[in-house]
Amino acid sequence: MSTTAIQPVPFGRRLKRFMADRPLIPLIILLVILVVVLQILRPGIVNERWLANTVKFAIPLAILAGCQTMTMLTGGIDLSVGTVATMSAFIMATQVVNHDPAVAILIALVPAVLIGLVNGIGVGVFRVHPLIMTLGTSLIGTGCLQVYQRTVIASGAKIPPFLAWLGTGLTYGVPNALLLFVPIAVLIVFTLNRTGFGRLLYAVGDNEGAARLSGVRYWQVISALYVISSVLAGITGLLYIGLIKAPSLSLAEPLVLPSVAAAVIGGTSIFGGRGGYTGTIIGALILTVLTTLLTILHMPEGARRILFGLIVLFVTAAYLRIIEDR
Amino acid sequence: MTRLVRRQGWVAGLLVLFVVLLVITRLIQPGYGSGDFGSLVRAVLPYAFAVAAQTIVVIAGGIDLSVGAMMALTSVTAASMMDGASEEYALFVVPFVLAMGLVLGAVNGMLIVVTRVPDIVVTLATLFVLQGAALLVLGAPGGAVAEWLRATIVGTVSIPGLPEISAWIPKALVLLVVCLCVIWIPLKRSKLGLSIYAIGSSELAAFRSGVPVARTKIIAYALSGLFAAMGGLALTMSTGIGAPIPGPYLLASVAAVVLGGVALGGGKGGLLGPIVAVFVLRLVRTDLTLLAIDPNVTAIIEGAIMVAVVMFGAFITMRGRQ
Repeated sequence: MSTTAIQPVPFGRRLKRFMADRPLIPLIILLVILVVVLQILRPGIVNERWLANTVKFAIPLAILAGCQTMTMLTGGIDLSVGTVATMSAFIMATQVVNHDPAVAILIALVPAVLIGLVNGIGVGVFRVHPLIMTLGTSLIGTGCLQVYQRTVIASGAKIPPFLAWLGTGLTYGVPNALLLFVPIAVLIVFTLNRTGFGRLLYAVGDNEGAARLSGVRYWQVISALYVISSVLAGITGLLYIGLIKAPSLSLAEPLVLPSVAAAVIGGTSIFGGRGGYTGTIIGALILTVLTTLLTILHMPEGARRILFGLIVLFVTAAYLRIIEDR
Repeated sequence: MTRLVRRQGWVAGLLVLFVVLLVITRLIQPGYGSGDFGSLVRAVLPYAFAVAAQTIVVIAGGIDLSVGAMMALTSVTAASMMDGASEEYALFVVPFVLAMGLVLGAVNGMLIVVTRVPDIVVTLATLFVLQGAALLVLGAPGGAVAEWLRATIVGTVSIPGLPEISAWIPKALVLLVVCLCVIWIPLKRSKLGLSIYAIGSSELAAFRSGVPVARTKIIAYALSGLFAAMGGLALTMSTGIGAPIPGPYLLASVAAVVLGGVALGGGKGGLLGPIVAVFVLRLVRTDLTLLAIDPNVTAIIEGAIMVAVVMFGAFITMRGRQ
C-alpha cells in the first residue's frame, strides 16, 4: 500500500476508490441534490409537512428494499414481496371484520410464512434461480388471493384504527410509522453486521463453495432468509394498508420494482456478498424524492419504469467496474 | 448416440403425453372436436413464440427475462399503429414490428456483451424499460388489428378432397410451424447454429476454438427478440387489441423450456421439445377448465405445475453437475 502514497493516483481512480469505500457519502450528496432541484422547481415545497410525507411513503419501500438487500446479499432476489404484502394486507382487512385485530394480523401473516418457506425450499434445496422461484410463488399467491377474495366478497373490509394511526399519523410532526421502522431497521443492521446469521448471508453470497466447505448448511440459511424476507414483506403490507387505506388486489405491486432499484442504488451488489442496509434506506429516500420530482414534471408511469430499469442497469455496471478496478 | 436417443426419447415421450391428454380431454368432454383444437392452437400461439424466444437464448447459455415485456411492447406498438389505419398499412406494420423485436433483442445482447453484467440482471433491467415503453405507447388495453391479419389465424386450411383431415389443421398451427421452421431449420444447419450451441455448452471452449462469442450471443438475443415480436403480433392477432401489461409469459416460457428437455445451463436440446411442452401445459389448462374448476383455481394449479416443473429441472441440472 506504500506505493499508492508515493505515486500520485489519478483523480478519477481516487474518486472511484472513495466511492467504493464509502458508498453512503455520494448517495447522501445525490439525495441533497434531488431535494434542492425539487425546491428550485417548486419553491416552498420542501417544508416540515413534505418531509413527514416523504418519510411516510419511503418507509414501506425501505422495508421491502430491506427484503431485497438481504436476499441480494446471498446472490438472490425476492420478487414475491409485492404479492406477500398485498396478501397480508388484504387478508388482515377482511379478517378483522370477524376477529380481534391481533388474531387477524396473525392469520394474515400465515400465508407470508408459507410463501417464504416455499421460496426458501425452492431456492435452497432445489436450487431454482431465486428470480424464477419467487416470480412463480407470487403468481400462485395472486391466484390464491383471487380465490380468497370470492369467499369474503360479502363480508367487506375495514382497517383497524391503530394501523391507520401507525400508517398515516403524526406525533409532533414525526410520522408514527417510524415507531415500527426504527426497530426493524436497527434489527436488520444489527443482524447483518453483528450476528452469525448476518455474516453467513455475506459468506454465502461472496463464495458459496467456500461457505459450504467451511460447514455452512446452505439450505437452512437460505430457507430462514426467505421466511424472514416474507414476514417482513407481510408486516410492510400491514403498514402500507394503514397508509393507503384501500384494500385492493394490487396494493403493493407497484413497490416491487422500486424496492429492487432502492437496494441496488444503496450499494448492495445484485451478485451477492457486498452491501448493507443503511445504503438501502437512503436509496429508498432517493427514489421517493425522485418519484415526487417525476410527478411534478408530469412524467407518466411508463417513463418512471424506464428510468428505474436504466438505474438498475447503470448502477450494476458501474459497481462491476469498481470491483474489477481493485 | 445414446444422448441423441435419449433426447429424441424425451420429445417422443412428450408427444405421447400430449396425445394421452387429448384422449383424456375427449373423455371429459365427448364433444371436443376440431373447432376446440383450433382454439387451443390459437391460445397456444403467443406462448409458443415466447417459448421459442426463450429456448434460443437458453441454448446459448443465457436467460431472457424480458420476453413477456418485449411481447407486450411489440403487441401494443402493432395495435396502436393499426388503429384506424387502412388494411394495406398493416403490410408495413408487420415487418416494422418484427424488425423492432430484432433490434431490441440485439440491444439486449449488446448490453450483456458490452457491460459484462450477467444476462439475468441486464434482461431484468430491460424488462423494466420495455414494460415502461409499452405503457408509454398505450396506457390501457386498446388499439385495433387489420382484418386480414386476424383471418390468418382463424379457421382451418382447406385441402380439397380431404375435409376431415384439413378440419384438424388450424391456420394458426400452419402459421406457427412455418414461422418457426423458416428461422429454426436453416439456423440449426448453419455454422451460426452450431456456434450458439457451442457458446451455451462452454463459452471458454467456444472462444478458444475460434467462435466469435460476442457476435453469436448478440445474434441469439436478436433472434429471441424476433420470436418475441412474433409472439406480440400473435397476441394482437388473437385478441384484436394490444395490452401493455404482459401475461405470465416469462414463467410459462421457462417452464416449457425446462419441460421440453432444454438444460437451463445451455448447450442442449432443441426447439421441438419446448413447443410440444407448451402445448401440453396449455392442454392441462383446457382440461381443468372443462372439469368446471374455478378459473382462479386453475391459475393456481397452473402456477404450481410450472413452479414444480422448474424445480424439477433445476434439480436435474444440479444432479447432472455433481
